[in-house]
Amino acid sequence: MDLNYTPEEEAFREEVRAFLKDNLSEELATKVRNGRDLNKADLEGWHATLNSRGWLAPGWPVEHGGTTWDAVHMHIFEEECARANAPRTVPFGLGMLGPVLIKFGTEEQKATILPRILSGEDWWCQGYSEPGAGSDLASLKTRAIRDGDDYIINGQKTWTTLGQFADKIFCLVRTSTEGKRQEGISFILVDLDTPGIEMRPIKLIEGGFEVNEVFFTDVRVPAANMVGEENMGWTIAKYLLGHERTNIAGVGASSEALSQLKALARKVKRKGKPLAQDPIFAAKIAEVEIDLEAMRMTNLRMLSGVADAQGSVSSMLKIKGTVIRQAINDLSRRALGATAAPFPSEDVIGNYAIAPAEAASNAANYFNNRKLSIFGGSNEIQRNIIAKETFGA
Amino acid sequence: MDFTPTEDRRMIGDSLRRYLAEQYPIEHRNKVAYEGVFHDPAKWAELAELGILGALVTEDDGGFGGAGFDITTVFEEMGRAICAEPMLGNLMALRLYAAHGESERVEAIIAGAERAAFGFDESDAYGDLDEITTTADGDTLTGRKTVVYGGNSADFLLIAAKSASGALGLYEVAASDAEVLPYAMIDGAGAAEIILDKAKARCLAEDARAAIEAALDAGRVALCAEAVGAMDVLKVMTKDYLMQRQQFGRPIALFQALQHRLVDFSIEIEQARSITIHAAARLDSEDAKARALAVAQAKNLIGRASKLVAEEAVQMHGGIGMTWEYAGSHYAKRLIMIDHQLGDTEDQLRTAMALSDISEPA
Repeated sequence: MDLNYTPEEEAFREEVRAFLKDNLSEELATKVRNGRDLNKADLEGWHATLNSRGWLAPGWPVEHGGTTWDAVHMHIFEEECARANAPRTVPFGLGMLGPVLIKFGTEEQKATILPRILSGEDWWCQGYSEPGAGSDLASLKTRAIRDGDDYIINGQKTWTTLGQFADKIFCLVRTSTEGKRQEGISFILVDLDTPGIEMRPIKLIEGGFEVNEVFFTDVRVPAANMVGEENMGWTIAKYLLGHERTNIAGVGASSEALSQLKALARKVKRKGKPLAQDPIFAAKIAEVEIDLEAMRMTNLRMLSGVADAQGSVSSMLKIKGTVIRQAINDLSRRALGATAAPFPSEDVIGNYAIAPAEAASNAANYFNNRKLSIFGGSNEIQRNIIAKETFGA
Repeated sequence: MDFTPTEDRRMIGDSLRRYLAEQYPIEHRNKVAYEGVFHDPAKWAELAELGILGALVTEDDGGFGGAGFDITTVFEEMGRAICAEPMLGNLMALRLYAAHGESERVEAIIAGAERAAFGFDESDAYGDLDEITTTADGDTLTGRKTVVYGGNSADFLLIAAKSASGALGLYEVAASDAEVLPYAMIDGAGAAEIILDKAKARCLAEDARAAIEAALDAGRVALCAEAVGAMDVLKVMTKDYLMQRQQFGRPIALFQALQHRLVDFSIEIEQARSITIHAAARLDSEDAKARALAVAQAKNLIGRASKLVAEEAVQMHGGIGMTWEYAGSHYAKRLIMIDHQLGDTEDQLRTAMALSDISEPA
């Protein structure tokens, strides 16, 4: 065992750092640091920057435009991007559809779709959950019925993240009502310009717009848009759940959030002294720092494949990673005392300067990040996965 | 011992509950709480007509209540409706005016004819009267008060400021003589930054420290009761949701893991109710230290319980709990943000540590 980074890994870190220094604008980094909403142009611009360096989809095989990075390189890259306050890449095309097509897609699907994900021509979103099918995803009801060379889709999807920016959606749909529920589900690609689709935004707890409902009424989709065989969708969905583990713990993002918390605690005062010198508050920061330090090792250890856990690895990382991130958000809000309260508007952040600008959205971010333990398979569902593996039933 | 509310308090609680249920449903609340003047002036006038403000002041001072239990009766109902009216700011102002014999002002506020707010926090003096830098100079005040609850809609601002003697004084500034920057809070309702640049001020007392601490404690007890009211409602919403939401072919309320979590937070709500009752009783005590300890203990426990209930309620609702459209999300926000008002969990813990006998010699 050697917990030091190799000279090659250190050199890689320097390379990433230099790239970020040269290519990430101060304006965009400030927006990320201050927790502001990023618009479509911000995200597309950052994707293009990474793509020009060949680092947009590091987890893909090289022949499709990916890299040969191992878990440690991935970790270093994530850590440096977070430290520099680079936007997180949008995962739906890069981390979800891409790997699915690489594993299950036809040669034609790979050749036509993957390059368009990298180039930014297609922004993909996800159509999994339905109003009646959340944690129990297999109960989904959106129907796709074969009609000649097409499928006709009817139903409703929900919690579609950044659907308002998307051109296309990949969906789990019901193609059979026979037999086991899981065996009648298919994975299909839909162009959002197709007639019969309506996207409605959902306003979130803190007042932002991130997720959407998507309604399908007699939407005609070519049968060639199916990925894998008909009724193979559940296998694909399960593959995806276990696939994108690298970033699931969000160690880099949590590390950056923790250093911002410390900076804030040194800046704001309580009882005439910096809050960071208050033993009660400092103890709370120290505790979460301990948890994060362990998480950093857990993440590397598990991603390096040393641990013998199987499907439950990503579940474990997701639970612990989200709990730590939420604990940091909680302290970042608390550090502001009364000044956490204002609803973050332009007036409040800019003109009134109530809290430090980089912290003015801390309460909003705390509320928004309650989603972390709910989406992508709630932490309860992750516990079910681990329990099932532990007890074998 | 008798835990039964008096007939009078039961009546005012019932009538306020009925009024808010009919006149202040969540849709209306959310419409007024985040936009415009961040509350509903017409409803404020009706609350005054109902006598709600009079319940916050003793008979001697021109009201008909004023005890700790009167405050908790009113604020528990405010919490059940997460009412966005500026009751907290006016409660503290009423207590301060009453403590200084300002009977005309008290009468006008009780009648709903005038509104007031109390400015104490500053950006480097959060929950800390010793660090206040706003200073009186003759009949003017200079300084900045941050996040003044109800400061957006007040006619008069009471300001805690250093007087010439160095003591903590209490001053009244007409809102028209101050720069008032109004805004909504993230959980709804209004507040304001109050910027005072040689603003014309009237001195109520050169040394008002004891009265200010008592008014803040009254505010803290009010917030505790508001949290208890909000937690009661959020618990019922969560229970109903678990029983109604079907996944895996059954109501999710049948999963024991979720049952236990609801039970755990229900126990905390009962603890929160109890400590609020304890603090409300102590609020009327002549012993300022006993009062301050009981209030700090209450608000610490309320802070912990509110966080547990708010976070667990959102989590157990899943995505629905994250939406603006769902009433429960606003209750969760209110419960979290109550902790930021008048000193948070850690501030109360510091006070409780200092005032309890923990560190006395062996």
